[in-house]
Amino acid sequence: MAEAPLILILVGLAAYTVLGGADFGAGLWELTGRGPGGQALRDHTHRAMAPVWEANHVWLIFVLVVCWTAYPPAFASITSTLTIPLFLAGIGIVLRGASYALRSGIDTPREEGVLSLVFALSSVLTPFALGATVGGIASARVPVGNARGDAFDSWLNPTSILIGTLAVATAAYLAAVYLAGDATRMGNRDVAEAFRTRALGAGIVAGAIAATGPFVLHSDARPLYDGLTSGTGLAALLVSAAAGIVTLTLVAARRYEPARLSAAAAVAAIVAGWGLAQRPSFLPGLSIDEAAANDATITALLIGFAVGLLILLPSLAYLFRLVLTGRFDPAAPMPPPPPRASSAAAALTSSRLESISAPIAAALLTLGALVTFFSEGWLLAVGVTLMLAGACALFLALVTAEDR
Amino acid sequence: MPLDLLASAFGPVQQEYLLEARQMQAMSFVAHIPLVCFGMAFPALVVFAEWRHYRTGDPVYKMLARRWSKVMLALFAVGVVTGTILSFELGLLWPGFMATFGDVFGLGFTLEGFSFFLEAIFIAIYVYGWDRMSPRAHLLTGIPVIVAGITGSFFVIAVNAWMNNPSGFRLEEGRAVDVEPWGALFGNSYLAHEMVHMYVAAYIVAGFLIASVYGWQWLKGHRGRYERKALTLALTAAAVASPVQLIVGDWAARTVADEQPVKLASFEDLKETTKGAPFSVPGGPEIPNLLSLLAFHDPDATVTGLDSVPGDDQPPVGIVRASFLTMVGIGTLLAAFSAWYLFVRIRRRGLPESPWFWRAAIAAGPLSVIALIAGWVTTEVGRQPWVVYEVMRTEDAVTGAGGIPIGYATLAVVYLGLLVAVVWILRRLAARPMEEDTAAVEGSVGG
Repeated sequence: MAEAPLILILVGLAAYTVLGGADFGAGLWELTGRGPGGQALRDHTHRAMAPVWEANHVWLIFVLVVCWTAYPPAFASITSTLTIPLFLAGIGIVLRGASYALRSGIDTPREEGVLSLVFALSSVLTPFALGATVGGIASARVPVGNARGDAFDSWLNPTSILIGTLAVATAAYLAAVYLAGDATRMGNRDVAEAFRTRALGAGIVAGAIAATGPFVLHSDARPLYDGLTSGTGLAALLVSAAAGIVTLTLVAARRYEPARLSAAAAVAAIVAGWGLAQRPSFLPGLSIDEAAANDATITALLIGFAVGLLILLPSLAYLFRLVLTGRFDPAAPMPPPPPRASSAAAALTSSRLESISAPIAAALLTLGALVTFFSEGWLLAVGVTLMLAGACALFLALVTAEDR
Repeated sequence: MPLDLLASAFGPVQQEYLLEARQMQAMSFVAHIPLVCFGMAFPALVVFAEWRHYRTGDPVYKMLARRWSKVMLALFAVGVVTGTILSFELGLLWPGFMATFGDVFGLGFTLEGFSFFLEAIFIAIYVYGWDRMSPRAHLLTGIPVIVAGITGSFFVIAVNAWMNNPSGFRLEEGRAVDVEPWGALFGNSYLAHEMVHMYVAAYIVAGFLIASVYGWQWLKGHRGRYERKALTLALTAAAVASPVQLIVGDWAARTVADEQPVKLASFEDLKETTKGAPFSVPGGPEIPNLLSLLAFHDPDATVTGLDSVPGDDQPPVGIVRASFLTMVGIGTLLAAFSAWYLFVRIRRRGLPESPWFWRAAIAAGPLSVIALIAGWVTTEVGRQPWVVYEVMRTEDAVTGAGGIPIGYATLAVVYLGLLVAVVWILRRLAARPMEEDTAAVEGSVGG
């Protein structure tokens, strides 16, 4: 029971690394490539990433809220010791959001250059800072308590730097794989080839960084090293390494769709390996059980998640289906013409909605206001309901009156 | 680690910069709250415009919905990141609060996370889906954006209502026990009025801000059908909401009088508990019995004074009173302005002609934002010195980490840049020639 939310956290972390990471990685590639070819790359990057940016970002929010709901003392210890990298990650996220929001308004190459620079800056800052945060936790540098750890050594240490740089390289790699896949689907061969080259390069860099991992962890984070080199931790590590090699092979063979999945598997496996290697400890001297919230909260959290996922998963599948089947691509077919005013049969709502009279609506609003003002308890609730209904009706009446 | 050790690990710390931490948090809210208003109210206005196009075939409505949806998306993106900063800051600045109560109110943010996720998914589908799906399907994808905007704010407000009127737990050795997460969040007598007050405020702020922009255009002579429709939608929404807000505000004040009497006392700087308490505005006459009448609807009711608690437990009265008066003053002005608009609209079935009306309309947008922020200060600074009312002090919640002024200054610079960027992008989007959207609209209507 106490460990169930931790699984949600790790799943969220893996999803954010794969989806949000690819988004940040795309920022790095915006800087590469000059001239008309580079322009094509940038346009493609924006087109492919824009519709899914916000949704990809929400995974991080989930990781945060589940952590503070289910393991409050661990969350507070982490955030108060690792304040600097988390703050830097937040600043990077602001820059990313701003460059995204501004993209639709730029007109000149100079403006685009500035924006690409901001995006690229955030693309290094946020993955590195979050990776360094993970490194601080994984190398047992976060003691329990309010800001009890070292403000700098907790994230500027060999393990943090290893995971931080690995996060940046992985983000770049994932982004290139996805963008190559999207470009292939859009029939944009040149762009696809450009991203294939980048994917192979970034993949080799990420692999090389990962390969130094055992040496760094052996000297800097021995418990984590031991966990990852024995039992289930080792299994996860091997799965991750194998999936990484498979991904590189698939990219080399231009099989981008399966490469998406194997890349995600490589990330998920190493995140799971971290969890398995650290278990049952959350922070030094604090086990997962001790950090866990009371049962009522965890039960409520799990119920909330179950219901939430019932709504969320179909919606997310719908979005990814629209994106991945190319419905938002520039060349997508136009839909059938919209209905005329006469096709009232297809109306979403009865035309009676449009014949509300303003005086009646105003009277309803006034009645509701009077009841609200002079009552308490359930009668007040009735009054508020009447008042809000009256306000909506008055809005409808006044606006539709102009259309008749 | 034994429980008592765990609790003492989050005991009070020395923090030189508590005030800066509070200001940094306040600045982050001030940046975020106007965007929340757009998240709550704007989708409904955009989808309403699209629905009018669906019903009437009027291409101006579609153009309006298309152009507004781009603004909606840009503001949503900025709201996403300012909201993310807020959730980071909960941990970065207030670890004592999170360590002790994260499990009591966390459920609210978890559910909000799902709302936010749905909003992000469908806002993308809606904005990128213009002319990529059937008009009916496209219109329907707007509905989840509206609903998620409402539920998301509902869950966050539930947490705020809990901070002001905490219940659903017991403190034992500094740790919350016997936690009832559902009851704590949703069985709270503060939730209903805070939610309705904020929701109505969202329509006032979004409506008047949009009206400010088009009112400016109107005075410059841009008075086409496009501007008329935009102004009619925005002004009507805000004008219907403003008078309602007076009644909702009265309801909120009555609840505060019952549950947080010290906060209410600070609205009027009522030093001593008084039967038939008077009310005054600075520079104006003191009106006998008015505070009792306002707070309890009874001129002879006894109003609790500030002296009912020790000085250490009183909020900074000056700030709270000034913000309260600002909120009420602007709210009343906006309601009067709304009455002017509604009168003309009902009598003459059109937009007012007087240039003074349009000058007032331009002022109404920024004024509504000031009232919004003043309202937030009233309730949140009025809660001080408590982070959880009468349970945990803000000074016991704050981080022990150093460097708060550096973080505060950095964030201030970043947010200033963000503000410039938002203004810039909104001007760019507004300056986009109508023809771009007209071509798209006619391309589909002509089919």
